[in-house]
Amino acid sequence: MAANAPSRPGRTLLVMLLLLVGLLAWAFWPGTSSTPRLGLDLQGGTQVILTPKPVTDGASITEEQLNQTVEIIRQRVNGIGVAEAEITVQGSGDSAAIIVAVPGVSQERLVELVGRTALLDFRAVWALNLPTPVTDDTSTTDITVDDGADESTVVTGNEIVQASENTPEFAAEVAALDCLKPENIAGGTPDNPTEWLGTCADDGTAKFTLQPAFIRGTNVTEATAVLPQQGVGGWVVSLTFDAEGGQALSQASQELYTLPDCSPGGASPCNAFAIVLDGVVVSAPRFNEPILGGQAQIEGNFTAQEAQDLANVLNYGALPVTLDVAEITSVSATLGADQLRGGLIAGLIGLVIITLYLLAYYRALGVVAVLSLFIAGVMTYAAFVALGDTIGYTLTLAGIAGAIVAIGITADSFIVYFERIRDEIRSGRSLRQAAENGWLNARRTILAADFVTLLAAIVLYIVSVGNVRGFAFALGLTTLVDVVIAFLLTRPLVTLFARSRWMQRGSWLTGLDPSRFGDVEVDLSPTAKKVTVAAREG
Amino acid sequence: MGLLGGFGARLYSGQSAINFVGRRRTWYIMSAVILLVAIAALLIRGLNLGVEFKGGAVYTVTNPTCSVIDARESTADVLGSTPTVTETGAGLIRVQTEPLDQATSLQVIDALSQTCGVSAEAVSVQLVGPTWGQEITSKALQALVVFLVLVTIFLSIYFEWRMAVAALVALAHDVVITVGIYALVGLQVTPATVIGVLTILGYSLYDTVVVFDKVKEDTRGITAQSMLTYGEVANRSVNQMLIRSINTSITSLLPVLAIIVVGAGLLGAGTLLDLAVALAIGMAAGTYSSIFIATPFLVQFKEREPDIKSLAVRVHARRAGQARSAKSRPESDDGEDEGSDEDASPSAPSAPALSDETTIIAGPRTQPRRQPRAKRNGPK
Repeated sequence: MAANAPSRPGRTLLVMLLLLVGLLAWAFWPGTSSTPRLGLDLQGGTQVILTPKPVTDGASITEEQLNQTVEIIRQRVNGIGVAEAEITVQGSGDSAAIIVAVPGVSQERLVELVGRTALLDFRAVWALNLPTPVTDDTSTTDITVDDGADESTVVTGNEIVQASENTPEFAAEVAALDCLKPENIAGGTPDNPTEWLGTCADDGTAKFTLQPAFIRGTNVTEATAVLPQQGVGGWVVSLTFDAEGGQALSQASQELYTLPDCSPGGASPCNAFAIVLDGVVVSAPRFNEPILGGQAQIEGNFTAQEAQDLANVLNYGALPVTLDVAEITSVSATLGADQLRGGLIAGLIGLVIITLYLLAYYRALGVVAVLSLFIAGVMTYAAFVALGDTIGYTLTLAGIAGAIVAIGITADSFIVYFERIRDEIRSGRSLRQAAENGWLNARRTILAADFVTLLAAIVLYIVSVGNVRGFAFALGLTTLVDVVIAFLLTRPLVTLFARSRWMQRGSWLTGLDPSRFGDVEVDLSPTAKKVTVAAREG
Repeated sequence: MGLLGGFGARLYSGQSAINFVGRRRTWYIMSAVILLVAIAALLIRGLNLGVEFKGGAVYTVTNPTCSVIDARESTADVLGSTPTVTETGAGLIRVQTEPLDQATSLQVIDALSQTCGVSAEAVSVQLVGPTWGQEITSKALQALVVFLVLVTIFLSIYFEWRMAVAALVALAHDVVITVGIYALVGLQVTPATVIGVLTILGYSLYDTVVVFDKVKEDTRGITAQSMLTYGEVANRSVNQMLIRSINTSITSLLPVLAIIVVGAGLLGAGTLLDLAVALAIGMAAGTYSSIFIATPFLVQFKEREPDIKSLAVRVHARRAGQARSAKSRPESDDGEDEGSDEDASPSAPSAPALSDETTIIAGPRTQPRRQPRAKRNGPK
């Protein structure tokens, strides 16, 4: 312990000021959000907590599988055009939970999207068309056009058209399919691989008529994104098939590569096969040559990310894990706003009451305490905003509760310090000496006690999920703020106060007037007897 | 306020010390009774677990135009069984059912939104699978174990293992009381309650650390003197920290009470209220235990150490000697701690801090306040 180093309150306060300005600049930098990111319980929305379970019993879940799962869910959720969907993994391995939070989406749609197992298959392209529906009155049928559509809208997801044969009715339904509708490119309708399929490309740029699947997703043994040796043409996806898949591929490629290339409204059948995931075409490469060895490469000027995404789809089109829906919470916007208001009001009331109490009890020192508390509040808010911008921390009701609880812990730091000062004064020290000695003891106590709280917060954060985490984070953050405030603000302010003549005179406003020490003789002035002081720090 | 300050001065100067350590039997009995009630309530009544632990569905309708009875009937029509429907303070209607699948859940939402004249989006839903609560609980227990191990290590290094054990005893005391009160009153246990109880862990230890830190400081080098026993010094430390403990409890409890008031008044049941109730109970218990349980327990524990034991013998011998030399003085009427032969003196005189070994003063001690041990125990 640096015993009695002369304290330099001015310098410390400057550090504090710089820190505060830095934090505020970080939080409220123009262009970034100036309010904390609010959790769904405060702004309304739907949250689904999923617990992944291994597909086969006894296996355990790898980090990679978790990431793949999250990636797939992210694609699906983004597919429905929701901004600010938030997908997080909490915990790891078998005890992990995946939390999908989406503002303002109906819950059944979200659950449908994230929990479902995706189906992957490879189909030869029969015809490629423009995405717009063809309203062709020469069509020989007028009855079945709506049938397929109706059927598929029962299941939430995109419209697809299926039939066992390539009949005129089927062709007419495909023609009526509108691939400009966002919901029709989102996927979500598993197709029957043994039937013909009419569906959209997942970017809405084309409409496909597809033959029954020649390879199932399960036939793919491995897909990886690689940069070809030649280094031209960007990333490619390298595929390895099992025996069955390799054979089917070799047969299909020999038939298809002789055909003309596919183009909208062009020849049918044509040379391309479609990779269909969840009822939409994610990619439709053509064969450059017959592929005989069960090994293929998909080229297409991919970026690294695109290649990786496609490889992921091919590897894990079916989720690598099964997902149990553990909890669905959907909060209406009104209820969210109410909860936010309630939390803020509670926090405000708490602060005001504490302010009054501290002022009444500690008077002048109470002003220091209230100022410290106020700055601590500002720092905490700024930290919430900054962390929302940077690491995506969302403030939930539990987080607000954590911060409110921390008001008490922060106030305790002042109280410990102030009571120490009063104790020192009772033992006959001058105010200045009391402020110094009191700090040395209080500092140790504050650090030890805050450490225990921080430990609790960290353990909670690491081990728990959901709300508990938000709470632990807020508690830990505010505990750190408490330490900063106690060292860099409260301490130097008290030192400055203690040096002032007015405080040393001990009027009743200081809270240190002689009447408050009972019948113990106290002397606040610097000329107070220093008999015991000298020995104390020796 | 000034009154409290004056009270503090009396505490500090030893004029009105409360005998926390000496009268530990009283506190132990008090706590034992409360603990017994808590445990009995837990065993007999059990905990009222929320939907998160049993699985089920909760629908909250904001700004409903329907009555509780309407809501109950329309839900019952869908389900064929009667749900629990309550109206919360803020005019929200809460419908609680057994676990439902998606399709049924949507029907319930439709029924409620029609009956209550609100849009389907105004119905908040929480569907919980039956195993989720167990997972939360097992994670909370994991957190508990990890935290306890870490904190025991920390306290053992920072203080000593005896203080760590005493702090953990106080902690267990607080948690059992809190959980017991939940069982007794039948308050619903939700994940927010679990958060609250976990926070109590931190808070209870925090409080105990602050008190023990003072005890540690004051008892440094205690064996180098023979005026005061460990128990007496510890008792004085607790008394000196009393004002701080009171102030801290007030400042910690005030915001929590604010949450309770706002939570109950504006929001009805929910995360905030559940959390705050657990915290309020735990904080009150935490403050009590750090003063009345942790320190007396620590003293009892410490007094088994040979050094501390011999200190107590020296102190008593010294007092006996002084008393003999002052036999003519009138007896003090300090008879309330009869019966415990390890009693600390409730009226330990204010000596300068003992932490400073060089400044321990061998007087001027005016007079012993107590009868010599031999005499006090004589009549038995």
